[in-house]
Amino acid sequence: MKIPLSWLRDFVDLPESVEELTAILDDLGLVVEGVEFVGQGLDDVVVARIDEVRAIDGADRVRLVTVEAGDGPLEIVCGATNFAVGNFVPLAPVGAVLPGGFAIARRTMRGVTSNGMLCSAKELGLSDDHQGLYLLDEIIEPVVGQSLLVALGVTPDVVVDISVEGNRPDAWSVQGVARDLATRLGRELREPTIVAPDETVPTASFAQGFIDAPELCGRLSVSVLRGVVVGPSPPHLARRITLAGMRSISNVVDASNLVMLELGQPTGVYDAQKVAEQTLRARRARPGESLTTLDGVTRHLAQPGRGLGDTGEDCVIVDGEDRVMGLAGIMGGAASEISETTTDVLIESAFFDPMTIARSSKRHGLRTEASSRFERGVDPELALLAVARFVALLRESNPEMQWMSAPLDLSGALPVPATMTLSEADIERALGVALAASDVVTILEGLRFVVRGRGPWEVTAPSARLDVRTGAAGRADVIEEVARLYGYSRLPRTTPSWPEPGALSERQRVRRRLRDTVVDLGVHEAWTPTLGNDEDYDLLAPGGARVRVTNPLASDEAVLRSSMIVGLVRAWAKNADRGLGDVVVGELGTVFHHPDVAAHPRRTRGGAGGVVSLTLPEENERLTLVLGRDGDDARSAVAMWGAIATRLGIHDVVVRSRDDVARGFHPTRTAELVERGTNRLVGCVGELDPRLVRELTTAQRRLGFLDVDLDALFDLTLDAQLDHFVTVPSRFPVAIVDLAFVVAQRVHAVDLAEVLMAAADVVEDVTLFDVYRGESLPEGTRSLAYNVRFSSPDKTLSESDVAQVRAALIAAARGLGAELRS
Amino acid sequence: MTTSPLAELSTHVSQLRDRIDGAQTLEQLLEDEVFIIGKRSILSTLQKSLGALAPEDRKDAGAQLQGARREVEGVFAQRRASLERAQRALAIEADRLDLGDVVVAQVALPLAVGHPGIVAATQRQLEDVFVAMGFTVADGPEVESDWYNFEALNIPPAHPARGMWDTFYVDLGEPETVVLRTHTSPTQIHLLEDAVAAGTLPIHSVMPGRCYRRDTPDARHLAAFHQIEGLVVDRGITFADLAGVIETFTHAYFGADISSRLRPAYFPFTEPSAEFEITCTICRGAGCRTCSQTGWIELGGCGMLDPAVFAAVGVDGREWSGFAFGFGIDRCAQMRHQIADMRALIDNDVRFLRQFS
Repeated sequence: MKIPLSWLRDFVDLPESVEELTAILDDLGLVVEGVEFVGQGLDDVVVARIDEVRAIDGADRVRLVTVEAGDGPLEIVCGATNFAVGNFVPLAPVGAVLPGGFAIARRTMRGVTSNGMLCSAKELGLSDDHQGLYLLDEIIEPVVGQSLLVALGVTPDVVVDISVEGNRPDAWSVQGVARDLATRLGRELREPTIVAPDETVPTASFAQGFIDAPELCGRLSVSVLRGVVVGPSPPHLARRITLAGMRSISNVVDASNLVMLELGQPTGVYDAQKVAEQTLRARRARPGESLTTLDGVTRHLAQPGRGLGDTGEDCVIVDGEDRVMGLAGIMGGAASEISETTTDVLIESAFFDPMTIARSSKRHGLRTEASSRFERGVDPELALLAVARFVALLRESNPEMQWMSAPLDLSGALPVPATMTLSEADIERALGVALAASDVVTILEGLRFVVRGRGPWEVTAPSARLDVRTGAAGRADVIEEVARLYGYSRLPRTTPSWPEPGALSERQRVRRRLRDTVVDLGVHEAWTPTLGNDEDYDLLAPGGARVRVTNPLASDEAVLRSSMIVGLVRAWAKNADRGLGDVVVGELGTVFHHPDVAAHPRRTRGGAGGVVSLTLPEENERLTLVLGRDGDDARSAVAMWGAIATRLGIHDVVVRSRDDVARGFHPTRTAELVERGTNRLVGCVGELDPRLVRELTTAQRRLGFLDVDLDALFDLTLDAQLDHFVTVPSRFPVAIVDLAFVVAQRVHAVDLAEVLMAAADVVEDVTLFDVYRGESLPEGTRSLAYNVRFSSPDKTLSESDVAQVRAALIAAARGLGAELRS
Repeated sequence: MTTSPLAELSTHVSQLRDRIDGAQTLEQLLEDEVFIIGKRSILSTLQKSLGALAPEDRKDAGAQLQGARREVEGVFAQRRASLERAQRALAIEADRLDLGDVVVAQVALPLAVGHPGIVAATQRQLEDVFVAMGFTVADGPEVESDWYNFEALNIPPAHPARGMWDTFYVDLGEPETVVLRTHTSPTQIHLLEDAVAAGTLPIHSVMPGRCYRRDTPDARHLAAFHQIEGLVVDRGITFADLAGVIETFTHAYFGADISSRLRPAYFPFTEPSAEFEITCTICRGAGCRTCSQTGWIELGGCGMLDPAVFAAVGVDGREWSGFAFGFGIDRCAQMRHQIADMRALIDNDVRFLRQFS
């Protein structure tokens, strides 16, 4: 919201320093987002009359203009064409420095000398209009040679751009900001100049008003102005509108906008002759009705809304023939617009239900200055005061106009002002400091709260504060107001402490260890998109239910990922294309499974009031790696897994090849990671299908991968930690035997190793060190060679002891059909 | 009258089919392609000879020849696909590796240094500061119902305050009931509900995590981003405690010469609410372009838990009070490491990743 300080000063005396003022505004939560100095540098600009316009030889874009500015004729080169002899325009003489620091100098071009510059309104920083010179005779009675600032009645000004929070409907006006400042500064808040209705014929003899939908329209006032002459606003009012960032349109429309900006009450203005029976009626729109709003768009009304909580309700203003005149509180219709021929004006100044306006505005995609105010809550008691101010402003250009007596004022359902009790203890409990009772009362009364009693106080919120609630919630609202006006920066700071220790959860600790481990193993952690597209995910698992976003930013970012593999391959490929492909990329992130296909969909509540039972996607945290270094393949992926598992103390997960490998993975080089015993799937390891690699990259390389389900992994590591007791190694010598077995292909190497581990108490470790396949072995078998290490805790093993263990190992292996290789 | 050039067509077709079937390898088939369906195929020769026909015969003959060509091409494509399948099957079979038999000791993994993501690294630093201050860390889901993301946080359906967040809706349930969380605040509600159900109040937790806003990415924003949220609910907690915690954190994370200040703001779930600003980390408070010469930059939002939130989760506001705060993890990283363009975070360029350890 842009506010010229000159306007603010009408209501409250301000500190001289702009810096001081903006600091105060910031501290009040009225954050200043910009400060603009306007009208500065116009001191030297004067009013000049155009006396002659001539072409310049050889120039077709500029002409030579002779002007009179009081000191005799001046020749000036000018590029604008919107003027003629006799017009009055602003002249910046040689030596003037315009806003923005543009210095005017004498210049010679094409043999003629330009002695200054004729200016547009934009060049002077007075408006956005740059369609030619600022034609002064259209707006004032100009006097040659007069200072422009004097002629326009403007003084240099400062415009602050304030961001008003959503819970401060009262602050969305010049007076509202002034009220905060007056309270903070302990200064008087001045009231605007208003007028009373003329003692003429009563309004009811000319116009009528009705409220058919009291829940939607809490108050409807109808005023009539007769004998209005529509024309431009007086310059100082037009300038206020302009400085506030709006366009000056006509004195009537400007008065409406000025009142809205100044007091916060939007009003609707109608040409009374275009409103049948001069009747305004607020009612619900009916399905099938439509309205062409002032922006030229046809709006279909009372259409069921799609959004949550949207009832499809629209409040409209209709006339005596039940024609829709406007979308109440949002935008008027084109049919009853004020025009130059308008003489009688109906002013609608009303209160509309904030939620109705919010829903209509959202549904119609139509956010206006009026709707933004109504949806936050306009002061319901402001309606007629705003009209009184409206009339006072319009009367400046319409001294003869009549405001018919006894304006119509109809009531619907109005919000009840919030009440709450408040004690000094409440404030201390919330803020951690006791504030003087007199300070509290002064602040609240400055903000127009009604405070009764000597404490605890009975507090009633002013009608402008529809954001303030009743009861305990309202107490918090009021305490915020006290703290805000007192100054957050003056409040103390304390450091609380509590007996409970700070800590990470077990899962969080394991997650950290896992991340550290993979980083130590050379992984570069990537952040790949959560939102992707069907084509990508089809590369791995075609079809199937996927979690979709209703309103994606782009059509290829509409599906929540169910795997990180494609994203990581793309990330790797991008680096590989830059010559940086010798890298493992990985991500520790979440993938999403649609409730229809998820093993563990999440049940929760939602909908209005949180009473609807909803089934949400399963969110599965995973570690996914893509190994793309030169020489990386399924083996290095398995080795990587081995290192991770060892580091995390996981021993019971085995690598099991599968025959039916999912799409996208190498059919003969992909294995599952399975927890022995429970057969729980922990993840997958291996190589990506060369076809997938060809599709996504330009590289001729094998890509290894590891994809681990962290939910499973965390359970395993938690088990590992709980059961973890340390063994002190034997002090006696260690014996090592190497044994090679001929083993059926179907027997897993880890299973045999496990059998060997269990064969004798003294076995400490079993390590596979060679695998041989060849013609010398029977069909369907291979040779697995293990290195078995053992020692006794209480003696040096004799040769016969060793032989016994060896025999036990061989016997145990036979249990799996493994024969010692001869 | 001359004989039609197509008199022998069916014989040609059958010969071509034989030739296709005769190819035993993909290479062989592809070498032969030019003779079977390419420029040097008998079909192409016949095509040229059609020019000699009378116009009225040419159309029929052309159609006939086209039919034959389609037939041969179809057979060729089938054969090709089948040979490709066979070849791939051979290659895949030749690749066969029993991953259970991998001798890990024989795999030489290169000695390499990896790098954590900057977001993860920053999140860890932040968590460490808060854990040292007595906080636990809680995780929460990224897909939430509107109850957790909005309504329990005092943002009812259709309330204009929902417009403060550009929300991605998920295609589940009734429209607008399932969202990608727009902030980490829904995790507060989960914690509060769980603590009330289990009778385990107080809570002193921070909740880091990924959030989403439907905002076109630019140098300062990404549609997906990370926040960390803090929640303290205990007996006798005040606004002064909130200001103190923010200040302690600011010193601990940004350094002793960086301090914090609060200024009034609006969040539906806190009352009183505040934005918190810290001394500009670029100019250390002297004033620069980044902080618009103010010496301060905005970091996040905070406030005392709104009574409506307590009511939604069933916490007795007469016994308990609390505060919450939240700010961007990515933004902390951006400020601390002066990352000119946030989009670098999702480019995954290893030249970027290698700068963090």
